[in-house]
Amino acid sequence: MTGRHLHPDALLVRDLSVSFDGFKAISGVDVSFAPGELHFLIGPNGAGKTTLVDALTGLVRGTGSATYGGKELLGLRSHKIVRAGVGRTFQTATVFEQLTVLQNLDIAAGLHRPAWRLALARRGVPTAVEEALETIGLSELRHRPAGVLAHGQKQWLEIGMLLVQDARVMFLDETVAGMSADERAETGELLRRIGRDRTIVVIEHDMDFVRNHADVVTVMHAGRVLAEGSVAEIQANEAVQEVYLGRTVKGSVDA
Amino acid sequence: MITRLKSSLPLLGIAALALALLVVAPAVLSDLRLNNLAKYCCWAMVAVGIGLTWGRGGMLVMGQGVFFALGAYAMGMHMQLESVGDGGIPTFMILYDPLAPLPAFWEPFRSGVFTIAMIVVAPVVVASILGFAIFKRRVKGAYFAILTQALAVALATLISGTIKYTGGDTGLSGFTSFFGYTLDDPLNRRLIFTITATLLIGCLVVVWQLYRSRFGELLVATRDAEERVRFLGYDPANVKLVAFVVAAVMASIGGAMFVPIAGIMAPKSMDAAASIFFIAGVALGGRAALFGPVLGALAVGYGQSTLSEQWPGTWIYVLGLLFVVVTIALPGGIASLATRGAGVMAGLLVGRRPSHRKAASA
Amino acid sequence: MDSLIAPLLNGTADGALLLIAALGLALTFGQMGVINMAHGEFLLAGALTGYVTQQMVASTNLSILLALPIAFVVAGALGVVLEATVIRWMYDRPLDTLLATVGVAMILRQLVLDTFPSQGVGVVTPDWLDHQLDVFGYEWPLRQLFTILLAGACLGALAAVLKFTSFGRQIRATVQNRALAETLGVSTRMVDRVTFFVGSGLAGVAGVAISLIAATDSTLGTKYIVSAFLVVVAGGLGQLKGTIIAAWVVGVSTAFFTDWTTGSIAQVIVFVLVVIFLQVRPQGLFTVRTRGLA
Repeated sequence: MTGRHLHPDALLVRDLSVSFDGFKAISGVDVSFAPGELHFLIGPNGAGKTTLVDALTGLVRGTGSATYGGKELLGLRSHKIVRAGVGRTFQTATVFEQLTVLQNLDIAAGLHRPAWRLALARRGVPTAVEEALETIGLSELRHRPAGVLAHGQKQWLEIGMLLVQDARVMFLDETVAGMSADERAETGELLRRIGRDRTIVVIEHDMDFVRNHADVVTVMHAGRVLAEGSVAEIQANEAVQEVYLGRTVKGSVDA
Repeated sequence: MITRLKSSLPLLGIAALALALLVVAPAVLSDLRLNNLAKYCCWAMVAVGIGLTWGRGGMLVMGQGVFFALGAYAMGMHMQLESVGDGGIPTFMILYDPLAPLPAFWEPFRSGVFTIAMIVVAPVVVASILGFAIFKRRVKGAYFAILTQALAVALATLISGTIKYTGGDTGLSGFTSFFGYTLDDPLNRRLIFTITATLLIGCLVVVWQLYRSRFGELLVATRDAEERVRFLGYDPANVKLVAFVVAAVMASIGGAMFVPIAGIMAPKSMDAAASIFFIAGVALGGRAALFGPVLGALAVGYGQSTLSEQWPGTWIYVLGLLFVVVTIALPGGIASLATRGAGVMAGLLVGRRPSHRKAASA
Repeated sequence: MDSLIAPLLNGTADGALLLIAALGLALTFGQMGVINMAHGEFLLAGALTGYVTQQMVASTNLSILLALPIAFVVAGALGVVLEATVIRWMYDRPLDTLLATVGVAMILRQLVLDTFPSQGVGVVTPDWLDHQLDVFGYEWPLRQLFTILLAGACLGALAAVLKFTSFGRQIRATVQNRALAETLGVSTRMVDRVTFFVGSGLAGVAGVAISLIAATDSTLGTKYIVSAFLVVVAGGLGQLKGTIIAAWVVGVSTAFFTDWTTGSIAQVIVFVLVVIFLQVRPQGLFTVRTRGLA
């Protein structure tokens, strides 16, 4: 652990454990995610990265504590967590394929609308949606059905959906997996732009991407936090080298 | 300009259908045929609701007979009491037990206002409770379909088994008047047709507004990626519940109007087989399209009465084949042919072929 | 004593019938995700096989034993035909298999109606089954015991096949990961067909047993299909243990409720109870996949 001081708006995780039928998928994880920095979550397969995010977004049950903005997240149902400002994407981009890009964003933006307004048709484009379209670079494609978008564009659309919701914390699960080099670079830029005043946590396997963009890296292994720090600190960490070099990702950390 | 035209097309369609049902049909059809058409309109109301839940919401409701029965039996009880006059007791009850008093739950149905209120309130209450339980527990897909069908079977069995209170398999019949109007008068029967057709148009307008509203988009989103909707901060259960309740009310109204038109209400008209019959038109016409369920239901209704009169067996084969062929070859129903055709036509008009190119290159 | 023993034994026998019918569904629905609404008509096919066999074989004692394997093959063959012509097109669309097989069921029912007398046909109980056992003073029809033994035999055979044979392993491999199973040289098409054959065949066997108890007419399938589905769903998918318990509980509780009220009310009560039960314990009713959300 580095001696980073706690940011007042950070998402604080204390002693979080998740077990499936007796198997401890993660145990006793302490970590904090602060706004303004790109936080990466790495680790070998089965390390518990996605499970950690699942627990924080209400998809699986965890014990311990996770607070954000003075609110305990554990035990809340998924949609309540979203309403508390914590959003996420999934490994496989999940957008509403039959709806247009604009409709996708509009649905996301409707989160805080009063329910009866749902009975009305959409007139015009909400400003938040217009801004998000610009930010994620899909303005030109707004009337396309989301199903025909390229892989990278779908991921951006998902990020855009979090943007229009004004999610203060975003968990992005393997966002650049399967993207071309150009798309990766653009995604990195995008994350920088939107991360200035938000808490962005990215689960990632692509070490080049991590090296290029990470401010803070948390390495998970066997359900625990193995190390945390800057890219340089992580690369110098012996325990991390052991885990990675002993396994398949040889050469990708120390390159 | 073009988009304006496009968005008003559905309204034009509804207007055309209204014209056909309310003006053309009464002018050209005999009393008997008009009465038949009224019956198809009742089924079509159920179908419009199924289009909403199944087509747009992805919930295959195989037990709409339950809600059809709520409306139909409410109306049936009222008309039965109206026919026997003040303080009278329905004939079938006297046959069963000459001394039995009118069951308590029948009593309020002497009032026309109460009956009309129940036709709307009962399905709302039942569908809300059922839907809340089912959707909050995230029961969906085939499980949902089977559960709803089981409920239709259960209710049909219950009605069959309680002859003293519901008339059992024979059902309620022998009605003579409808809210003070005698059913013998052909003019009154035409009036009933007009009411039914208007209600059907009303149902269509409701779903048209729902489809173009943000709710409609959210419903499709829930159908295609329920978990994603949840992670956008909505509770998908509520979205589905609204569609389910609206469809239940439509089925109930259809059932209520069915009674004066058919002159009888029995479990046969709402059991599992009937509930499946309601789906047939929706599948044929195109479940997700605005006009698919209506036109499909009218067509299937017409097919049933013309074919089954002469060759009852043949009709069952036709209906069975319809399910098989449509689901294998044409899951979008006939409406999907129309959309495809329209796409080709538009392409020809603009002078290029419809583009299937992925936006990836854009 | 009598009032408790009778419904318990009758209910167990009914539960055993439900179990055989549900076992087939547990295979096709539980393992393959196919909702075959024509399964009820496969029961009917089995019952009719029992009837036809009895017409052909003079000895009723022998015919019932002959009818069991024949019904298995007849219903199984129907299942294979259904799989090859209808279901294979929609493995990724479970709701559509439901609708298409609803259509098939209607057609099969009408075929039976057009072929056999509409008031139904009767199967004569063979002499060796036409006895009563004295159980604490209750004269228990022997054919009910036969049903229970038959269910046990079907269950044992199915469990053994799934657990010990290479075919059983292939089924489980296909269920768990179709693509991987294919790369390992499992012919998943073949597995699908055989699974469907066995599942449907079991319906045939159940049908023969039903024909001993009730008159066989075209509505036989509709009477059993919804209960059988509820048993599979309530029991939980992917394990036979749950199916057995659910079938027995449904059978026995229906018998008791029938004793206290009437047959139709009992059915309603049990249906509603199952539906409520599924509210409390919807295990297997939903699976949340975390890596991607389909």
